[in-house]
Order: sequence, then structure tokens, then C-alpha cells
Amino acid sequence: MVKIHERKFVSADPDKCVGCQICEYICSWTKEKAFNPLKSRIRVVRVNQLANMAVTCRRCEDPPCVAACPRDALTQSEETGTIMIDMDKCNGCGWCIEACDYGAIMLHPETKVVHVCDLCKEQGEPQCIKWCPEEALMLVTSDVLAQKARISAVKKLFQEAKKK
Amino acid sequence: MYGYAGRILYVDLNTGKTRVENLSEDYAKKYIGGIGLGMRLWLDNSKAGVDPLSPDNPLVLSLGPISGTMFPTAGNGHAFVAKSPATFGIGEAVAHGTFGAELKRAGYDAVIIKGKAEKPVYLWIDDDSVQLLDASHLMGKSPAETEDAIKDELGDYYIRVAAIGLAGEKLSRIACIMNEKTRAAGRTGLGAVMGSKNLKAIAVRGTRDIVPAKPEEFMEMVKEFHERMKGPATQKYRTLGTPENVLVHNALHCMPTRNYNNAHFENAEKVSGEVLNEKFVAKIIGCSSCAMRCEHEVVVPEGPYKGTMTRMEYETLWSMGPYCGIDKLDAIIKGMEICNYYGIDAISAGVIVAFAMDCYENGLLSKEDLDGIDAHFGNADALLRLLEKMGKREGIGDILAEGVRIAAQKIGKGAEKLAQHIKGLEVTGYDLRCLKTAALGFAVSFRGADHNRHGAYAFDVKGKVDRLKAEKGRGKMVRDMEDVYALIDSFIVCKFSRGTYYKELQDMAKLYTLVTGIEMTPEELKKSGERINTIARVINIREGFSRKDDTLPWKVMNVPIPDDGPVKGAVVTQEELDLLLDDYYESRGWTLEGVPKVAKLKELGMDDVISIVADKQEA
Repeated sequence: MVKIHERKFVSADPDKCVGCQICEYICSWTKEKAFNPLKSRIRVVRVNQLANMAVTCRRCEDPPCVAACPRDALTQSEETGTIMIDMDKCNGCGWCIEACDYGAIMLHPETKVVHVCDLCKEQGEPQCIKWCPEEALMLVTSDVLAQKARISAVKKLFQEAKKK
Repeated sequence: MYGYAGRILYVDLNTGKTRVENLSEDYAKKYIGGIGLGMRLWLDNSKAGVDPLSPDNPLVLSLGPISGTMFPTAGNGHAFVAKSPATFGIGEAVAHGTFGAELKRAGYDAVIIKGKAEKPVYLWIDDDSVQLLDASHLMGKSPAETEDAIKDELGDYYIRVAAIGLAGEKLSRIACIMNEKTRAAGRTGLGAVMGSKNLKAIAVRGTRDIVPAKPEEFMEMVKEFHERMKGPATQKYRTLGTPENVLVHNALHCMPTRNYNNAHFENAEKVSGEVLNEKFVAKIIGCSSCAMRCEHEVVVPEGPYKGTMTRMEYETLWSMGPYCGIDKLDAIIKGMEICNYYGIDAISAGVIVAFAMDCYENGLLSKEDLDGIDAHFGNADALLRLLEKMGKREGIGDILAEGVRIAAQKIGKGAEKLAQHIKGLEVTGYDLRCLKTAALGFAVSFRGADHNRHGAYAFDVKGKVDRLKAEKGRGKMVRDMEDVYALIDSFIVCKFSRGTYYKELQDMAKLYTLVTGIEMTPEELKKSGERINTIARVINIREGFSRKDDTLPWKVMNVPIPDDGPVKGAVVTQEELDLLLDDYYESRGWTLEGVPKVAKLKELGMDDVISIVADKQEA
């Protein structure tokens, strides 16, 4: 089973994200050949004009959505960490939606079963990352995110030290 | 239909009844959408001479065929159209954000709102379900507060809202309609039309798919244009933004200053786009489906206005800054926030304050008249206090909220000469005395003084023509620009993206065809642009306009630029204006009185409006 250290997911840099929703459009287009944010597996939140961020599945270790499903419709791929949905078993009850802390699993407006990011398995790479004009989206592991955070924290520290 | 939803929603506020009618393909192709379709629908649903603030003035909300797709900037705009309380001619204003895309997904190309509700309501469009809900608890709230309250009570964060503030409720002629906190359908006072209908807001949720007619070719074009959006054509908007104009215009001595008393601001360096970006811009954000992102969000980091947050653009920075002689950026930003709070057009608001300051300095308004405000040019505190009064219509603010034309009539004593407007709409940040192509564009603009109906200033500012000269040929230049600008606002795409259409009409025609599946050639599209400008003209003629209204503010024609420099002494004479107008009318196929000729209307397939102008053909 792939370890959480190696599991990749799509992460948005809130400093770069401008809330343009191109990721939503290209996601619904890729998956459903329609422009419709409700069919996108990534959603944009603008808390206020300064706080914009796209959110999608983070492929948790021991994912609560899988645990919450009373019908065993959700499983996690051992190979990639992707949450896989058995369309026949899912009845759209929404317990997985409730269980997800990120709002990353959503009910499809027409099929009434849930859908979630699969990193564009069929296309070979996440289309949202490819299309994001701000390069705000990255395919990363949590280790990489931690590294980035460390580096920017240290840089900031030294810049402030220089000022003093 | 593809691209178009194919449906028009009618809402009768008198009875609370709604109905849906189909959009005809003939109208779609002829008038495209946005302001074009909106103006045509307004004409069909109104009677000549209607009072702009009466229930009989329909308010039209319209979208373009590209709305809801992921074509850059095209997905997100919407237009409002009605008879303007400011000009008494056709009023229209466009805003961007995400509201338009949502309305398209709800399944409508246009909403036509008639009548007047008995008590305050808001319109809730939830796909096919359309309801009028009580808005009495929202009265007095700002557009932003209204938006939050509606999202809260309807329980969906992704609902989009366009709302008026207190100024709209109080029928101020400079009231706008705002969506998403910082976006405004700003000009021509349409917020007052909404207020006159007791309509506080329009909330929308749409869940339908949007699918273009030719998906593969469309996505190829999208890809190409997303790349162009990141390139040189939009660089200005992505970096300094429109406030870059402050130093550019100032260097050319074409930045009206202190209510047109000067054309150059000695303290422009203090209010430049450069300083704005360095000290105040906290984030640049984008509208739905836009890879350019241009919206400069500013935050005041310290001082008396600490924490003020708003969007900032050149025009509003100019109107409340140099045009009032004010060089304090933090106060200008605060002014913008006040305008957003009350829901007033910040361009007009700044121009009105400058007018009041000019009246004060010339003794036409006393300190007592101004409720004790020492309104000399450059007084930032006076700006903010007058904006507050205007927003609330308190004291002197009650008169000023009528706009400079009506305020000047009420003040009398020759105040008209200080009222810088065209057709009742306040001027924008281009000194027309030394930009003579722009002067023509402004004079003939169907919504009054505005740069966004033609963009003709570009010829002057970029040095493509002798900007101090009025000569034949400018008429066609303005006309061609007007046609393209009308199409931009009808598609609706963003004007900041206009540079990405390398082949202009050819690119636009291709986009139209790929989205709608309706074959469109560049020649046909050009005709649509002409038709849209013509329908606006026909409406204005029906409402009593003629050549005499295609004029310029008094100071532009009577006070030569006094500042030493490249354009000292520049002014537009009546002879020059007449020459420009004759040239323009001729290039349009209109009479010397500015009336479209019957032959021209036939050529454009507008036989159904000939009766409006048939008895005005002699000239």
C-alpha cells in the first residue's frame, strides 16, 4: 500500500489562487463534457476578496469518507490513494460528504451518486493543474508541502533578521 | 439553441406573476445579447416618454451567448438596461464577476422586470423556480451586506446576488447595481430604476450544463485565448492595472483636474498607480473563467482609514483624486468604500463632489449650503463627508445625488457652467479639450459622457492622430470603434481582453459561431455592431434626443486649457464639434440631425423601427 508520504494530491497555494474558477470549468469539461461547476471535482471558495482557494480531495490516510459509507461503496486505491466509488452501491445518502472535513466529495446533480477527484486518471495528469493560469495548483505529497513551508519560513526569518 | 439559453424570463412586480418566452433566433443573431439584445427588448417592452422612475420603465437584465462557458472573460458578464434616470435616454451598464454565468446556468438569456412591488422584495431565481421574497429586513443595507444576508437565509454560499444599496432605495440618479462586493453595473443610475420598483436584489442559482455547439474547435480556441490572456495584450491590467493611466494622462496633460480647471495635476505622483500598487494593493483577483485577473484589491495598512478594503481602478481614483484636487490615496480608497457601501457610481460621485467644490470656490454654494463643510479643492475630509451625505441623501447630499445636471439647475446662478456632463451623465477621466477624437466619441455616446462606448481616446493618447485637430475621417474612426465596443458589451466579453482578439471581428465571429452554431461572418458581425448602435440611437430619438444633445460640457468648449505645456490653450470650438458631428453622421448613414435614414434601417434589417424615425428624415 502506498504510504501517505508518497501519496500525491492537488493542492492550491492560497497566495497564488485568484478565484477564477478555471479549474472548475476544465474539471467539469474533462469529466462530463459540460461547463458546470456543480459537476466539478474541485471547488473554489472566495471567503472575501483577499482569501481565495480551490479545494479538492486530499487522499487522506485512513479516509473518513470510506469509513462513513454504510454501503461499502467507497474504497481507497492502495496504489494511488484515490477514493473509488462504486456507482451501483452508492445511493447518495451523503454520509461521506458529512465526514469529509474539506468538502471534497460531492453529490452529482443528476446521477445522485457522489464524485471525487481521481487526478484525471484517464488523461494521465490533472487537467486543473495544466490549465491553472496562476500556477497555483500543484500535484504534491504532504512531505513536499512541509518542505516548502519550512523553506519559506526560514527565508522569511532571515529576511527579517537582515532588516534588523 | 447552443450558447443561448433560448429563454427570456418576464417578471411582473405588480401582480407577482412570471412567465417565460422563447428567444427568437432572429433577435439573437441581429442583437447578439448583452446591451444589444437588452436595448432591443427594452424598446419592445416600453412606451415613448416613459418616466425613468415609474413602474412602466422595464428593467432588463441580459447576458451574452458566451456567458457560462470557459472562454476567457466571456463567461462572467451581465448587462442591465433601462431608461436612465440620469440621461432620460437609454441607460445601460455592464458588470463582471460570476453572476452572469450563474444566471445562464439557471436557463435565461434575459430577465425583463416590469411594474412595482407593493413592498420591498427581492427576486429569487432558482433554475425554473422564480419567487419574490420579502426584503423589508434588507432595506438600508449595503449591496455587500444584502448579498451576505441573502446567501445566509437561502442557505447556499454559491448563490450569486446583484443588489442596490441605500442610494438605489432613495432613487439617487447615480445609484448603481452591485454584485460580489466590488463589481458594479455603475453608470447611468440604473440602481434607482431598481429602487423605484421596490426591488432590493436579484439572487440566482443555476444548475444547468452549458455546452458549446462545436466543442472540440471551441476548446482549441479557448486554449489559444487562455495563452493570449497571459501575454502582452493584457499586461497592463495584470500589472499596474488601469491606475497606470494617472501618470500617462498627466504627462500628456489630458487628466481633468479640479473640475476641469486644469488638465494636469501637480501632485499626480502621490496618487499614481505605482504608489497604489506599492503601498496598498494586497491581492489581484480574477472573475469567473479569466486567466488575466485584473481586480486590484487594496487595503489601507495604517492611519485613520486603516483596514479599508476595496477594488480600485483609474476612473474612480481619478474622479475622487485629481478631479477633486485630492492627493491622499488612503482617503480616495476610503471614498471608494463609501461609494460601494451606499451603492453609488464612484465616477459620477467624484465628479459631483468636484462640482460642489467648484461651486463653493466660486461662491455659488456657501458653507451653510454645504452643511458646514469647507469644500475647497483638495480637502479629503470634505470629499468623504459629501459622499456620505450623497449616499444617504442628507442635507446638500439630497441635491447632489441628482447628478450634476439637475443639481446645477436647482442651485442656479450659472452653476450649469460648472456641471461637467454630457446628456446628464458625468464626465470621465479624459480631458476632451486636447483629445479631439475622444471628444467626438463622448459627444455622440448614446449613454452620455463615457469612454467605454468607443475607446476613441486610444487614437489620441497613443499618438495615432493629431489629438488637437478636428478633421474629417475621425467620424469613421469613432464609428468603427463604437461598433466593436457595442459587440464587446453584447457578447459579453471584457474590454480589458480586447487586445487578445488579434483579428478583431474575425476572431469574434469565429467565437460566436463555435459557441452558438449559428453561422456568423465578420461582415455580419460588423453589421450587428452597427445595428446595436443604431437601435440605441433610435431609442434616444424616440425619447426626444437630437443633434443638440450630441454636445460637450461647457468648460470643454469655453475654457481653454490654462496649464503651461504641450496643450496650453486647447479647447473644442462649436465649429470643430460641428465638423466632427457632420463627419460622424455621414459615416453612419444618418441625417445631419443625427437621425438614421430609412434606407440605412432597411439595409440593417430594422424595418420594424422605421416608424419611430420616419417623420424626422428631413434635414
